[in-house]
Amino acid sequence: MNQAMNNDVLVDAQGLTRRYGLIQAVSGLDLQLRNGEILGLLGPNGAGKSTTLRMLAGCLAPSEGRVIIRGHDMARAPSRAKHHLGYLPERPPLYPEQTVREYLAFCARLHRIPRGEQAAAVASAMTDCGLTDMGNRLITHCSKGYQQRVGIAQAILHRPDVVILDEPTAGLDPNQIREIRALIRRLGESHSVILSSHILPEIQATCARVAIIHGGQLVFDRPMPEIDGDDQARTLRLGLRRPPGSDIIAAVPGVARVEVTEDGLWQLTCAPGADPREALARQAARDDWGLFELSQPRRTLEDIFTELTSADRAAPRQAA
Amino acid sequence: MTSIWLIARQELARLFVSPLAWTMLAVVQLLLGLLFAMSLADLMLNPQRLGDYNGVTEVVGGGLFRFATIILLLVIPLLTMRLFAEERKAGTLDLLLASPVTLTGLVLGKFAGIQAFLTLMLALTALMPLSLSLGTQLDLGMLAAGLFGLWLMMAAFAAAGLFISSLTREPTVAAVATFGLLLGIWLLHAVSFFDWQPAILGMTLPLGDLARQLSLIGHYDNLLYGIFDTADVAYYLIFCGLFLALTVQRLDMERH
Repeated sequence: MNQAMNNDVLVDAQGLTRRYGLIQAVSGLDLQLRNGEILGLLGPNGAGKSTTLRMLAGCLAPSEGRVIIRGHDMARAPSRAKHHLGYLPERPPLYPEQTVREYLAFCARLHRIPRGEQAAAVASAMTDCGLTDMGNRLITHCSKGYQQRVGIAQAILHRPDVVILDEPTAGLDPNQIREIRALIRRLGESHSVILSSHILPEIQATCARVAIIHGGQLVFDRPMPEIDGDDQARTLRLGLRRPPGSDIIAAVPGVARVEVTEDGLWQLTCAPGADPREALARQAARDDWGLFELSQPRRTLEDIFTELTSADRAAPRQAA
Repeated sequence: MTSIWLIARQELARLFVSPLAWTMLAVVQLLLGLLFAMSLADLMLNPQRLGDYNGVTEVVGGGLFRFATIILLLVIPLLTMRLFAEERKAGTLDLLLASPVTLTGLVLGKFAGIQAFLTLMLALTALMPLSLSLGTQLDLGMLAAGLFGLWLMMAAFAAAGLFISSLTREPTVAAVATFGLLLGIWLLHAVSFFDWQPAILGMTLPLGDLARQLSLIGHYDNLLYGIFDTADVAYYLIFCGLFLALTVQRLDMERH
């Protein structure tokens, strides 16, 4: 296997397919995670996010396809592959009758941290997750937010290359969500993170790359900056008090098509690569069109998400 | 090996922070103590009965151990029900499955943890007949064979319970099913007394013999009399091995 590729691509999932009886929960999914990347996995409820993450974490064997973590095949060398992984399932896997420190010490041994380094690893994970004062508290007495942090601490304890977090902010209050997000961003500086959610602002706030799963298939996979800059100046909204005929507007250089929207505004489609905003403003002022709005509606992640996952575009689930 | 030790240690630690383990030790100890006291009292009132047995070790020790197996039959399903069913229900099984610990290590670790707890229970039980050595001569060989047999019986119960626990996510279901399975294998012994040998295709099926060989108690009797037969020990070892292997298989199937 190509060594140079291994160094960069930490997680390589190829053609992942998972069937539960006749239902195909995930089909033919390819996903790659590079070093130092925070990847957000979006999808409506039941899209196959958790199934995908469970397969990546080795808790579930794919029906077809394979998962390679740092060059180790999950099916052939599971122990070595899992060595590089930290996983927080949808529900944090905690033993309520243990204290935070006892639990993390167990996890440290579970991940084979050498005996002499265990205490230091537990202490540093607790610091990272803001748990320093909670060490002797029973997990059952911790609030939901703190339990979630203990779950994250468990996932980063052994400083794995890849951290998989399944809905890390589910069920938290807004303050806790902000704290966990900040924590995830900090994690992204030294680990590669895969994070799933069905909450869009969450992904927007934390992730450098977005993948959307729908009906068990990957329907979108792009870096975040591309989404922000997507469709730049392709459509414009124009509001005029005294509009001229549509052919006059269409004659402005760079305007490809003109439509009237339901709310009485004009929607202009720009010619590829052209930005006619300046020319429009100039002509509106000169000819006294009564310009009161000239805006460029951005195509947000939400628009993309809605477009890709709305019912009419739903990919039918195939029976196996 | 380290992972077996690690899982066993965690299992024991979690047992002893829960009231279940302590209650169980207390109740078992109380019941066995009562029986022990009753059999001593019985012996004091009717000392002539000793003549029917091979000394006091067989009367008191044998009786106590036989009663202990019945209590264990009721108690062990409650101990083993948590092993996998509870972990699955609480979602902590994912923690173990996503860790570098192998399935075999996980199953053997759980088994070792529960067996360590049962060994403690056995040690406490052993103290009762051993206390008689203050006043009389005991047949220590017979006592040791009985205790070893009880230890094997515990291991067999625990292995079966571990397997059943890996089948479900409801601890109570696991407890009931384990109890049913153990009692079923137990009761096979009763079948061995049937004087009924059905003939199939002209061959006589040794039903009674077969039932005696498969039943859990049949193999314990020899050990209680101080007879150490490799076949009996092998029975328990095979029984444990079978159920432990089935558990590993079952957990592997669950991932696929």
